[in-house]
Amino acid sequence: MQGKLLSSDVHEKRPGTFAAIMRVYPFAKPAMPRIYLGMGAAMLAALVALAIPQVLRSLVDGPLKDGDSSEIWWPVGIVLILGVIEAIMIWFRRWFVLQPGTHIEARMRNGLYNQLQELPVNFHDRWPSGQLLSRAISDLNLIRRWFSFGLVLFVVNTITIVVGIVVLASINWILGVIFLVCSVPLVIYGYLFENKYSVVARRSQDQAGDLATTVEESVHGIRVLKAFGRGAHALRNFESQAELLRGTEIEKAKAIAGIWLWLLLVPDVTFALCLGGGVWLASVGQITPGGLVAFFATATVLRFPVESIGFLLSMTFDTRTAADRFFEVMDEKNTIVDPESPRTIEKPKGRLVFHDVHFRYADSPERFPDLVDGIDLELEPGETMALVGLTGSGKSTVTALATRLYDVTSGSITLDGVDIRELSLEELRSHVAMAFEDATLFSASVRDNVLLGRPESSDAELDEALDIAQADFARELPEGLDTKVGEEGMSLSGGQRQRLALARAVAAKPDVLVLDDPLSALDVDTEALVEAALRRVLASTTALIVAHRPSTVMLADRVALLEKGRITAVGRHSELLASSEHYRFVISSLEDEGDGPGYTPSPPTTPIPIVTSGVSRPSTEVGS
Amino acid sequence: MSVTGVEGEERHDFTKEESRQIRARSLTLLGSLVRPLWGRIILTIVVVVVSTAAQVAGPAFIAFGIDNGLPAMLEQDWMPLGVAVGAFLFTGIIGAVLIAWYTVLTARISQAILIELRKRVFLHTQRLSLEFHESYTSGRIIARQTSDLDAIRELLDSGISQLVQGGLYMAFIAIALFGLDWVSGLVLFGSLIPLWFLTRWFQLASQKVFRQTRTASARVIVHFVETMTGIRAVKAFRKEKRNAKEFGGLVEDYRYANERAINLFGIFDPGLVLIGNVTLAVVLLVGGLRVAGGSLAIGALLATLLYTRSFFAPAQEIAMFYNSYQSAAAALEKISGVLEEQPSVPDPTGPIDLWKAKGAVRFDDVEFSYKEGRVVLPHFTLDIPAGQTIALVGSTGAGKSTLAKLISRFYDPTSGSVTLDGVDLRQLHPKDLRRAIVMVTQEAYLFSGTVADNIALGKPEATREEVIAAARAVGAHEFIEGLPNGYDTDVNKRGGRVSAGQRQLISFARAFIADPVVLILDEATASLDIPSERLVQEGLQTLLADRTAVIIAHRLSTVAIADRVLVMEHGRIIEDGTPAALISGTGKFSRMHAAWRDSLV
Ligand SMILES: Nc1ncnc2c1ncn2[C@@H]1O[C@H](COP(=O)(O)OP(=O)(O)OP(=O)(O)O)[C@@H](O)[C@H]1O
Ligand SMILES: Nc1ncnc2c1ncn2[C@@H]1O[C@H](COP(=O)(O)OP(=O)(O)OP(=O)(O)O)[C@@H](O)[C@H]1O
Ligand SMILES: [Mg+2]
Ligand SMILES: [Mg+2]
Repeated sequence: MQGKLLSSDVHEKRPGTFAAIMRVYPFAKPAMPRIYLGMGAAMLAALVALAIPQVLRSLVDGPLKDGDSSEIWWPVGIVLILGVIEAIMIWFRRWFVLQPGTHIEARMRNGLYNQLQELPVNFHDRWPSGQLLSRAISDLNLIRRWFSFGLVLFVVNTITIVVGIVVLASINWILGVIFLVCSVPLVIYGYLFENKYSVVARRSQDQAGDLATTVEESVHGIRVLKAFGRGAHALRNFESQAELLRGTEIEKAKAIAGIWLWLLLVPDVTFALCLGGGVWLASVGQITPGGLVAFFATATVLRFPVESIGFLLSMTFDTRTAADRFFEVMDEKNTIVDPESPRTIEKPKGRLVFHDVHFRYADSPERFPDLVDGIDLELEPGETMALVGLTGSGKSTVTALATRLYDVTSGSITLDGVDIRELSLEELRSHVAMAFEDATLFSASVRDNVLLGRPESSDAELDEALDIAQADFARELPEGLDTKVGEEGMSLSGGQRQRLALARAVAAKPDVLVLDDPLSALDVDTEALVEAALRRVLASTTALIVAHRPSTVMLADRVALLEKGRITAVGRHSELLASSEHYRFVISSLEDEGDGPGYTPSPPTTPIPIVTSGVSRPSTEVGS
Repeated sequence: MSVTGVEGEERHDFTKEESRQIRARSLTLLGSLVRPLWGRIILTIVVVVVSTAAQVAGPAFIAFGIDNGLPAMLEQDWMPLGVAVGAFLFTGIIGAVLIAWYTVLTARISQAILIELRKRVFLHTQRLSLEFHESYTSGRIIARQTSDLDAIRELLDSGISQLVQGGLYMAFIAIALFGLDWVSGLVLFGSLIPLWFLTRWFQLASQKVFRQTRTASARVIVHFVETMTGIRAVKAFRKEKRNAKEFGGLVEDYRYANERAINLFGIFDPGLVLIGNVTLAVVLLVGGLRVAGGSLAIGALLATLLYTRSFFAPAQEIAMFYNSYQSAAAALEKISGVLEEQPSVPDPTGPIDLWKAKGAVRFDDVEFSYKEGRVVLPHFTLDIPAGQTIALVGSTGAGKSTLAKLISRFYDPTSGSVTLDGVDLRQLHPKDLRRAIVMVTQEAYLFSGTVADNIALGKPEATREEVIAAARAVGAHEFIEGLPNGYDTDVNKRGGRVSAGQRQLISFARAFIADPVVLILDEATASLDIPSERLVQEGLQTLLADRTAVIIAHRLSTVAIADRVLVMEHGRIIEDGTPAALISGTGKFSRMHAAWRDSLV
């Protein structure tokens, strides 16, 4: 249940913060003109704000001194106009910058989502869902804020500081130098801060993602948690994770407090030095008292920009981390892609052939043999082939290979003679439709779920698919076919879900049907009905059907036996029963049933103690 | 339509009355979160006040240094200057240290509130019944726990200082201005009128818009989560393009809602500046005329101008605070809605303990429907004596799982009662209930984490030996040993790392290790191959000897180990008897069994 921290320290060489953030540039590019305009407006607003005191001063020195009340109107008018201009400029700044910021965010979010949809299943196996979600939501939120707020302030404040220091130096160069020298420790601390803060920021964002994962699992797995009454247990897990996050957040706050301390202290010390130095300079006549006042007035103006550097820096590093995390997903190389020049199958017949197919999961250790270890199998057009094997022998894996949910490690799979890797994914998947072993329904209407593969189908086609899957129960749901089936179809019974998944595969009208244990949740009667109806479809459609029970095998023309990664036997059910011992072992239940449909009362036994350390069960497990 | 709980969560056009009701409940929630932290909050406020005072004092020392230090300096007296510099340094250091301290203090407060809120929501969602979860969807809960909490965090992180500092400043300055020149003070008061209107407008408009951002972001999250959960089906059925469009639409809605929220602030903020600047001009005019008339000193005018300007500077801070407050309030509304939901399967108020259950289950005049008016299990009574093993069979959708879910109290019967050893499940202490009754659900859900963790979920304090023993007992040991890291292999999200049959074995081991008195197996072997199923059944024979068990299975091989068979059809138990009697009879079961026998080879 514990999420895993994605390794954040594997970067060989971290690019600079600016370079890292600028990777976002392609998404931000269309917005940049407005952002520049926004900066311009912000500068203007700042200038106007600075100009107002100047007008006041001239007013005080001029008309007020002379006591001429008729002269007052002009300057007051100017102050009013400047004030209005300042407000307008602020409005402009926001208007220019904020809206493009939201566009950047939306563009990136769509980009991420599309990339995630493209990335192969193997990627999704590895990545905890909360990590993906936190990237899509909070990280992009951070990036938007930076572009529409942080960036502008950063630029404007930096310019203000530089201009300010020049002004200071022009008032008195000695004091200016003192000011400049004192800012050196700030720069150094800024660098130290980056190192310290970035690590914590990264950790906090990762931990937030893990927390999201835990929340998601606690809801998806709520039936298990309820069945075992483990709500409190799950809460403890969640709590310890949340505590970790809290610790990190406080560490982050301490880092911020550290830089704030410096950003406040250093200017204070500088002021004190300048005060001492300035008064001394004035006493020896190097600077006029008026100049001294001007110096401090200007230096005071610089205080806010200097202080703001603290949160601007932390914001920037947060954004950098967010960008890093975003690009971790975006940089992920998609291994299952459309070919450069896809071929098409003009008249699909549905001949599916496996040529010496090998496959192993990416995380499988070297010492293990390939899970699929050289499969050769031919499905003739219209043929129905059952795939039989022990639990964990790789049947589902083989079915996944046929639609390129995973790619073979070596060998090839061809459809009508064309390597499936030479077809576009879109085309391949319109030729081959699947019913998974777990139904994977969406919280949409029955109709939308069934027509997932072919939304343009007519009602008649929908009805036909439902009939074949014996899913007429769907018509009796409260709102008929428009009834929402609940998250993951959870407001349906197990067999109902499975039949909808089957109907969905059938409704896609594929040339090849791949059904993974499609009847496991059905009772004997319904199973027989579905089989009868399915036979009609299967007469003309190639099908690969994973089967655990003889009854399902009956659907097939031929059976392929999967054993230790190879197809060790292919033939008709009765042939295999006669010729293959492993096949009998896998599929036959008769030997154990004793003598017919009798009922033998279970022998009186002492209950198994739950802790039977060391006692191993008689190993009836053969094969694997 | 009421707005209790999560009802009406998707609406934003509340009436005044509803709006008030929602605000009230989120304020109550906020109050309950903040109450235990009062001490710390007061400390934080004190820190802010002192540090603000220190900051304000600084310029006075500069003035002192220039006005007194300089003349003294000219007479070779260093003292005043030294005092000024020293005092300035002192206040500067105090101010800086306090602000740094304050930063950590608020982080602690805000994190304390957040973690408490997280825990409450988590625990409450665990308590809420399946009925709620089926319609609310996990995505929304995740949205509550992530993006909504982010909004609240933003408020907490900077809110206190903005509010206290801003408020303090403004109050001090207003008082000072009145003391200095009451006419200017009146002008300032006059400016409060447009200020009030502006704020009121912002409040009403932003309340609505922020609500929209919350629902829009929740929708984005719901869609996102669902796509990622069903990624295989998305790919296999080529839903990518359609999804991209749909998601794009939701993202655009969210973006637009955000834009509107930001735009509102984009009017509010310059609006404040405008009011401030106009007020300044008016003060200047009023003051200037009097200066020209000689009834006001220039210095006083200068001071009033400076005060007026500084009065509006923190107003911006407060505006920011108000903005994040509105956003957080909208988030809190949604969260408080979830917390307000009453579980339809509530924990008992006066629970009855049942330390040692025997395992007799009884349905007394029970009737059940998921949704009003659609009866799934019509009225029935059923007695399952302790220790009996029941095979529950019947066509799909007949209501078998439903019956099982009533025993494990996933739902409460619509009428009548389900009892364990004579105690109504609704009164039974939840701990005892869960210890006594365990169900392996039809969906074998595994959490990401190791195999051992997943098995040990049935008994968190289990040792490794116990975990292995349980795995052995259900025949899962061999394949687990064969995984790359054995019991420490991560099964990935939803157990995607192992095959469907292996998932079932692991969930079976999980139930095994829990060692309940009543064990319910809902299609627990449906995805297993026949040899594993046989192995499981052998294990069951001994395991179930002195337990009550309800085994739901379409493969009738289970019947061999059952003492009694119940056949269900359309929610009714149509046959009930020993396997032998039913098989030799002429009913549905005998037919089903024969058909099943025929299918075997
Ligand atoms: N995503 C994965 N990553 C790594 N290993 C996997 C993954 N999925 C499955 N495996 C392993 O590969 C093997 C074959 O799994 P697969 O799901 O194909 O079996 P199966 O034949 O369909 O079994 P079942 O009958 O139980 O459904 C199993 O041992 C499983 O542990
Ligand atoms: N959460 C739910 N909300 C509403 N209706 C439900 C819910 N769960 C099940 N139903 C309905 O109740 C009826 C009985 O379902 P139940 O799951 O008990 O069937 P079942 O006998 O277990 O079938 P199966 O063998 O297919 O698992 C079905 O018609 C189903 O659609
Ligand atoms: Mg499988
Ligand atoms: Mg069921």
